Amino acid sequence: MPEMTMAQALNDALDLALADERVVVIGEDVGTTGGVFRVTDGLAARHGSDRVIDTPVAESGIVGAAFGMAVAGLRPVAEIQFLGFAYPAFDQIVSHVGRIRNRSNHRFSAPMVIRIPYGGGIGAAEHHSESNEAIFVHTPGVKVVVPATPRDAKGLLLAAIDDPDPVVFLEPIRVYRALKQDVPEGRYTVPIGVAAVVREGTDVTIVSYGAVLRDARRAAELLGAEGVSAEVIDLRTLSPLDADTVLDSARKTGRVVVAVEGHRTLSVASEVAALVQERALYSLLAPVERVTGFDTVVPLKRTEHHYIPSPDRIAAAARQTLEA
Amino acid sequence: MDVIRYLAEDGSLLADPPVGTDRARDLFAAMIVARTYDRKASALQRQGRLATYAQFEGQEAAQIGSAAALRADDWMVGTYRDAAAMWHQGYGWEQLFLGRMGDERGGSPPEGVNVLPPSITVGAHMIHAVGLSWAERLMGSDRIALTYFGDGATSEGDFHEAMNFAAVFSTPTVFLCQNNGWAISMSRADQTRSETIAVKAVAYGMPGVLVDGNDALAMLAVTTEAVERARSGGGPTLIEALTYRVGPHTTADDAGRYRADDEVDAWRTRDPIDRLRAYLQQTGEWSEAWESDLEVDASAEIEAAVAAAEDLAAFEPDGHLGRAFAEPTRPLADQRRFVPGDDHA
Ligand SMILES: Cc1ncc(C[n+]2csc(CCOP(=O)(O)OP(=O)(O)O)c2C)c(N)n1
Repeated sequence: MPEMTMAQALNDALDLALADERVVVIGEDVGTTGGVFRVTDGLAARHGSDRVIDTPVAESGIVGAAFGMAVAGLRPVAEIQFLGFAYPAFDQIVSHVGRIRNRSNHRFSAPMVIRIPYGGGIGAAEHHSESNEAIFVHTPGVKVVVPATPRDAKGLLLAAIDDPDPVVFLEPIRVYRALKQDVPEGRYTVPIGVAAVVREGTDVTIVSYGAVLRDARRAAELLGAEGVSAEVIDLRTLSPLDADTVLDSARKTGRVVVAVEGHRTLSVASEVAALVQERALYSLLAPVERVTGFDTVVPLKRTEHHYIPSPDRIAAAARQTLEA
Repeated sequence: MDVIRYLAEDGSLLADPPVGTDRARDLFAAMIVARTYDRKASALQRQGRLATYAQFEGQEAAQIGSAAALRADDWMVGTYRDAAAMWHQGYGWEQLFLGRMGDERGGSPPEGVNVLPPSITVGAHMIHAVGLSWAERLMGSDRIALTYFGDGATSEGDFHEAMNFAAVFSTPTVFLCQNNGWAISMSRADQTRSETIAVKAVAYGMPGVLVDGNDALAMLAVTTEAVERARSGGGPTLIEALTYRVGPHTTADDAGRYRADDEVDAWRTRDPIDRLRAYLQQTGEWSEAWESDLEVDASAEIEAAVAAAEDLAAFEPDGHLGRAFAEPTRPLADQRRFVPGDDHA
């Protein structure tokens, strides 16, 4: 098994997907340049500029055109350069992509993937570190997938392309090149809608996804050194959310911490906390803790480390649940 | 830019007719059916049997004339006001009524009819036509897409993204603006400082055409040319059809607040059905008996569609939970227990 970064694993997935003539990749700079994060590197050369399409700078146009392509029978994979630039396309996503199946009573559907690099931690310019995944989770008719590791990234992206419904596929920028992992060769899929228990434990459950998952694992190690056994769950899909995996763990440990990078109010952490109190309240030994970004514009480089949940903040929240 | 016109307002020919009288009679018959639907829908709305309805009276030639230029398997992407065109392309009256009755089954035309359900948001759907026709070309088919929109919609950003994409990628897309003078209360003159909508095509690098939208023969001729250009690899065209909605914006609108009666009266004298009838009379192809037969048949067709739509049993209370995705997701399945009157819990 070759070792790959997440960017390489995603590239590998797209390369395999493009073997299907229906798949096209479309976005700004995805062709010749290979995308600002090089996720589409070399694909245009291998598959042709008709299949890996460089477009003018127009996010609504990219998503709207991909929508038309999907309805007509292709399997477009649209790329938006950063989540902070997806807002011009949000109208297309919420008003059309997520609704066509309902509006047409199943006669038409839009099986497409919208890939969007997201999240902070690399000291980027304004608009380049957004973590607004909750707005897509709140959008009916689209699925929202966030890989945390290279191996999952490849399998989840291939599953998203196969999916009969539209998928917003959020790629944590901080993870693109941060680690390498053995990634199986050839096609395989990781199912959408299924969370993973990535570390088993008995005292407290830490639920996370995307880039923060690594911080959650580090927090679990910190806690382990203190004799606390933390279970770590990677949600992998934010919509539809795999409540069962979270609830099983909550019932086992009795304590839950949810760590996300998004703004605190009405975040994915809010939803997980609500589900746990609704369906596992009597197993709880302490209130559910949320570790999140703040309800502010994501700060720039010099203060962004205060915004993004750190292993320390996550571990502190876990201790809080143990003291309750 | 000259306005392309084949029929003078009195129905006399200004140029060699682009089609024979048989086609002209077909267009006339279709326009009669469309007007019958439109008036029936307005009446049903007043009786509370339809939700808000957007009339198209006055725009029958713009819609039927252009739709008649399409092949049966071409794509059409229209708005809430384009029922006549959609029907001509195979979207049933029953479905159109159902949509206005608040039933999502109105959104699904029969298999093989490549017409998207009407877009209520203005502008966004034009780029869908670009994607649809682009996909067809990539898949090696020669289907094209035609999209309808109003003059107001050309102010939306998506109009510009759609026009630009279509020209840059030379997609087989026909953009058909029905400039009916108004966008709710906003006049065409206040909508844009462009002298015409058609001239906007120049900026994107595609042909722009100005046509008399109340002249069914002219509509068929210019749309046919644009469709053939698209189908043969010549890229997109923007057509501006000069027409008028004689009714209000919708049944919820009071056009008297912003529009003078004499403007409406002037346009009534340019009625597209009257004009085509005058032409057919002059060519000896019209008779009173024929038109009254058409009206009887049209009434029967529309009444049958109303009855079929009203007789369709409503969805189960939780019916809407199953339409968001191909298979209901687990969270949606869990939410069934909250649906009132539902016994699936
Ligand atoms: C994105 C969006 N903004 C606002 C509206 C509300 N609205 C409905 S119709 C309309 C005017 C559209 O005018 P035009 O495009 O000229 O079409 P017409 O109704 O005259 O056929 C507006 C503003 C809408 N439907 N969609």
